Amino acid sequence: MQPLDLSAVDLVAAVRQGDVSAVQCTEAFLKRIEQVDGRVNAFLKVDREGALARAAAIDARRKAGGPLGPLAGLPVAVKDVLCTADMPTTCASRMLENFLPPYDAEVVRRLRAADAVIVGKTNMDEFAMGGSNENSAFATVHNPWDLTRAPGGSSGGSAACVAADMAPVAIGSDTGGSIRQPAALCGITGLKPTYGTVSRRGLIAFASSLDQIGPMARSAADCALVMETIAGHDAGDSTSLPHAVPRYTELLEQPLTGLRIGRVAAHFAEGLDPEVARGVEEAFAAFKAAGATIHEVELPHAKYGIPTYYLIAPCEASSNLARYDGAHYGHRAEPGKGHRAEPGKGHRAEPGTTFDSPLAEMYCRSRAEGFGPEVKRRIMLGTYALSAGYYDAYYAKALRVRRLIRQDYLDAFQQVDLIGGPTSATAAFALGEKSNDPLAMYLVDMYTVTANLAGIGGISFPCGFTKAGLPIGFQLQGPALAEPLLLRAADRYQRLTDWHLRRPKLPA
Amino acid sequence: MTTPTATAAPYTTIIGLEVHVQLQTRTKLFCGCSTRFGGPPNTQVCPTCLGLPGSLPVMNRHAFDLAVRAALALDCTIAPFTKWDRKNYFYPDLPKGYQISQYDLPFSSNGQLEVVDPKGAFARNVGIIRVHLEEDAGKSMHDEAAGTADTRIDLNRAGTPLCEIVTQPDLRSPQEARAWLNELKLLLVYLGVSDCNMQEGSLRVDANVNLHIPLAGEGGAEGRVAKTPIVEIKNMNSFRSVERALAYEAARQWEEWQATKAELGTTPKQTRGWDDPAGVTRAQRHKEESSDYRYFPDPDLVPVTVTAAEVAAARAAMGDPPTVLRKALEAKWKISAYDADVLVNQGRDLVAWFEELATLVGEGKVASNWMQQDVLRTLNERGGTIGEFPVTPAAVADIIGRVQKGDFDTSRGREIFAAVLASGRPVADVVAGMGIAAVSDDDLVALCRELLAANPKVVADVRGGKEQAAAGLIGQAKKKNPNVNPAKVRQICLDLIKGM
Repeated sequence: MQPLDLSAVDLVAAVRQGDVSAVQCTEAFLKRIEQVDGRVNAFLKVDREGALARAAAIDARRKAGGPLGPLAGLPVAVKDVLCTADMPTTCASRMLENFLPPYDAEVVRRLRAADAVIVGKTNMDEFAMGGSNENSAFATVHNPWDLTRAPGGSSGGSAACVAADMAPVAIGSDTGGSIRQPAALCGITGLKPTYGTVSRRGLIAFASSLDQIGPMARSAADCALVMETIAGHDAGDSTSLPHAVPRYTELLEQPLTGLRIGRVAAHFAEGLDPEVARGVEEAFAAFKAAGATIHEVELPHAKYGIPTYYLIAPCEASSNLARYDGAHYGHRAEPGKGHRAEPGKGHRAEPGTTFDSPLAEMYCRSRAEGFGPEVKRRIMLGTYALSAGYYDAYYAKALRVRRLIRQDYLDAFQQVDLIGGPTSATAAFALGEKSNDPLAMYLVDMYTVTANLAGIGGISFPCGFTKAGLPIGFQLQGPALAEPLLLRAADRYQRLTDWHLRRPKLPA
Repeated sequence: MTTPTATAAPYTTIIGLEVHVQLQTRTKLFCGCSTRFGGPPNTQVCPTCLGLPGSLPVMNRHAFDLAVRAALALDCTIAPFTKWDRKNYFYPDLPKGYQISQYDLPFSSNGQLEVVDPKGAFARNVGIIRVHLEEDAGKSMHDEAAGTADTRIDLNRAGTPLCEIVTQPDLRSPQEARAWLNELKLLLVYLGVSDCNMQEGSLRVDANVNLHIPLAGEGGAEGRVAKTPIVEIKNMNSFRSVERALAYEAARQWEEWQATKAELGTTPKQTRGWDDPAGVTRAQRHKEESSDYRYFPDPDLVPVTVTAAEVAAARAAMGDPPTVLRKALEAKWKISAYDADVLVNQGRDLVAWFEELATLVGEGKVASNWMQQDVLRTLNERGGTIGEFPVTPAAVADIIGRVQKGDFDTSRGREIFAAVLASGRPVADVVAGMGIAAVSDDDLVALCRELLAANPKVVADVRGGKEQAAAGLIGQAKKKNPNVNPAKVRQICLDLIKGM
């Protein structure tokens, strides 16, 4: 029995039946992390002792005939944007380099209560801002399919650790595509649920009205298993939906007859890589062969998705990140060191800058030193767009466009059950290729941001490979709370294809 | 510095107030932490009110309902839909870097609260522009001892629910402002909305003030009215300070006007702090640009809807506010406006005590007199609340009843009241213990015959038409028997003389 080869569903069953112990399972993945993560940098923190202790406790309970949670013994990697009381939570930022939260995020609490074994915290773009994971303050994640390429972002560490068999399941967060785009680039399955499905309590906020937590795994069936634990109402999150949690795994078994999938012609216009286009068209054909019907639909305002997103998200971020001021926790600039630039730290303090007060200086210098360039860029964008005299032209107008985008989806879902298309315009791009061109980087989310703006769910899963051997992602989007259908459609596709079973060659 | 009265002054003082009131809730506005005052620093905090990464707010519905009650009492319109906004600014006692407040859609607006001087000096209906709900910030304590100049932050207060009440500039004198604040405080305490304790910071006032100065036109014609620049006064720690600061500021603006003729709009709005010991306002440092708080809707919270039925239920549960109660007491118990004002200003519990007494006595005027002259006077001397007062309305009603029956007179009744208060014993015991017993009519007649026989001069005077001469007999009667009713003695003596 080789735990690395098992799906999460099979692993949980194997532990339950005693075919493999939770400790054996955990050890197998920890060993794999040791062997390959030096090349991938998927983890910011591996909690070897904590994970093994947890696994041993689960094994002891099983032996004693005690009750086991639904994820008993399942190793899970958690994006470092989710608070953990027993591990630092850094958001891959110097600002929170030594921050130990006093509480577990609701999702982490639920995972622990379900007897999952949290093996570590995964790398990400700083404060979840980025599409390549190159904005991590600590390490660049390498795509397991080609170590010279980006894993996507911001949940790049979560995607890469699943792709490289370092964890069967990882938790990501998705504000504009941060689960789906890295899932596509790393050849795994990632679900961004409908806004409000998974509690955001303990998720360090980037853009509160867009952030949503979701599972990343090898298959839709594994994502369904994790969703049963992490989804559900939380009275501690005012935006949490009060709906009952569906039995996602059981609903996979319902037949998929008469499924109507929408195809948006605009998705295939300029900018889409021809190899990705071919893979996506083949997936449509596979769905058609499986009994689905394909219908052309329009999302007329989707073309405004990126500009709308890059107003709303930075506006919220500029306020959400105001708390990192050095006063109460996080990075604080040393007093009285002057204002010289520190080489290698990536910030530029202007010589001769004067401050209103020692307090203002502490604020300015703490933030100048603690935040990376992309975070600063977005804070400045948002601060500008919310300023008196600009609010109506930028933020208020973006909110109006957001409503139009949402209405487009409502109209489209009158005609079809789901909308299919590419997750990302290209397969994994080279590290460094876009990192000096913020606008090019912003466009990597062009197919995904609209689901966040509309608050609906989306899933990405592999639908082929480029000639260079890089995975291609297919995205399905559904109406609000259509996660059972998204998972079922993806699972049906995965029963007919084996793209999701292919693994990168990353020898131990 | 003296303030010219409204009629004598060559200007009109225009005052608007901005009042922050902490709501009397057990827990904070967006988390479950205690709002208790005076705990050790930073002991009533959690990830949410500390603004820790990942924490989220959840609205305390009880706080919202209390705020609705306050707004209804201020005659405001309750918005059917309201939302929360973030007011962004950096300060160490604001751990999130923004305050959750309400910007363009406050939960209530457009109300009024009247203040009437019981002595008739003024009556002013003050418009309320808006009442909104927000979270309080923490407290910064600047410790400049030993040259350290450290600032310490206590976040126990951070997140306490706070109602901001903004008035129209309808007040016309510092005295009116103080009286209006007293009325507002009374109202909010009546409704159980706030304890309005200024020492503990549960009520804070900022005032905006300027002068309207009528200018003479050409040839003696009426000219335009000049307006001085509006000044906001902060840091006033009592209603008395508010009155003093406004008086000082009005006089200061008048002097400045005479020197500079500077009018509203020519200078940026100035903020001045009240220095209470020095009795002056001082200009506070202000930035070149006005603050830009970059308000936007808080995406962590959902909008709040209030139905007409919920408003009606809140109104029904509210009870009478002081203005209504004063008029109701006047009408129901036939007491003067002044007396009703005194009773109502003592709070809802005292009014209930009075009404119980008046009901037992069967009329209001006598009950009100006893309240004002005996109960309130004693209460003021002893301190404490009416709830702690050792004498019950039934006991006072018992004493009043015996006086009305003629068992003894009012001054004797007061002595009994004092004895009941001191001993805590029932009225009947005290009366018996003081040897007070009703004197029978037969005994009285016998006593009077004895007195008349001993005082032939009095008898002669009364016969000669000087009925007042009988008064001399009352003192003698009381000496012989302290329990006699003076009025009865007088009447019996007169009747006996007539029959002689």
